[in-house]
Amino acid sequence: MRAVSVEEAVAMIPTGASIMVGGFMGVGTPERLLDEVVRQKKSGLTIISNDAATPGKGVGKLFDAALVSRLTATHIGLNPKAQQQMLTNQIGVDLIPQGTFAERIRAGGCGLGGVLTPTGVGTLVAEGKRQIEVDGRPYLLETALRAQFALVHAFLADYLGNLSYALTSRNFNPVMAMAADTVIVTAEHIVPVGVIAPDHVMTPAPLVDYLVTNANG
Amino acid sequence: MDAQEIIARRVAQELKPGNLVNLGIGIPTLVANYVSPELKVFFQSENGLIGTGPIPEQGLEHPLLTDAGGKPISALPGASTFDSAMSFGLIRGGHVDVTVLGGLQVDAGGHLANWMIPGKMVPGMGGAMDLVSGARRVIVAMQHAAKGKSKIVKQCNLPLTSSRPVSLVVTDLAVIGFPGGKATLLETAPGISVGEVMAVTEAELVVGDRVPEMKI
Repeated sequence: MRAVSVEEAVAMIPTGASIMVGGFMGVGTPERLLDEVVRQKKSGLTIISNDAATPGKGVGKLFDAALVSRLTATHIGLNPKAQQQMLTNQIGVDLIPQGTFAERIRAGGCGLGGVLTPTGVGTLVAEGKRQIEVDGRPYLLETALRAQFALVHAFLADYLGNLSYALTSRNFNPVMAMAADTVIVTAEHIVPVGVIAPDHVMTPAPLVDYLVTNANG
Repeated sequence: MDAQEIIARRVAQELKPGNLVNLGIGIPTLVANYVSPELKVFFQSENGLIGTGPIPEQGLEHPLLTDAGGKPISALPGASTFDSAMSFGLIRGGHVDVTVLGGLQVDAGGHLANWMIPGKMVPGMGGAMDLVSGARRVIVAMQHAAKGKSKIVKQCNLPLTSSRPVSLVVTDLAVIGFPGGKATLLETAPGISVGEVMAVTEAELVVGDRVPEMKI
């Protein structure tokens, strides 16, 4: 793990990169990293995020700045700008069930080719997918999902990069921290090693590549 | 009593002591208002919480404690938090006893459509498909009709949420179950006759000899 400034962190992300962004309606989203993505105008992004949050909040900022070309999400109904960009084909949107979204990312981070889920059998979601019967029950084969980058927000990070999350801000952060080539983390508090007890570490330090320092904010 | 209160009160009666329950946004959220704390029902919020409590008073909100709509909530003593893979493991794995969702249409076979209107409204399914596929009991809480059109239809013409039929539909006019895969009128709302329900229902309903009134 290396500690970096927010400018350095985002400078590593090329235009057109695929990025997983933690958070649920902007809760548990690394806002400072997204502000910097907007400032550095990283465009043509493929974003993998539970939702599109709302304009001005979380990943919503990326739609405000028209930086997204593809979105994989479960729900974008509360962001009219993202809806608009989808309906006018400015962005390609892949909407998938939330449990499937979590499991595809988990599979991507755990060395699995995919998962079998009953969710979506017999619906639009099943189109173009392989259906496999196990013990007489039908399942869809949902393939693993990975990205070049994961932008993760923790509550506590220690100097080694061990992470813990608070309340409902954990959401997709831990699974995303396992499913990307490069993991960049912001934290509300950066604390000495040992402050997070071993039993309370939710993302172990070796998974974290870069921790954004809290200097200047 | 307005339509929403009738629905919420009647759905609340379906919850058993110790149940793990997921309430959707809208009318389903109101159900919690009519559940006695003595029942010790656990409410799950799919963004990663069991033990959701009431909306905190102004100024006491925590920015990292919200419901699935991103609105501030509180956590009751004994609450637990977890990540989204765990949250949907609970849902798909049959650990959630009851899920209560809103609906756009439910058809005569109990199939629910509640996540998109092609060409008009494409918000995404969020957690709905997993909830309907995986919860032990699926209860739909919705108005019986919208703009004068029955939401209990012969066959859904909107995209289905799941191929699995729901367990129960509670509307402002009726309670409808699906024994043997057939929509069956189980109860009517106070002051509503069987004839009145039938008149505003597109789907054919099986009706027993005596249909009781909701006791709410």
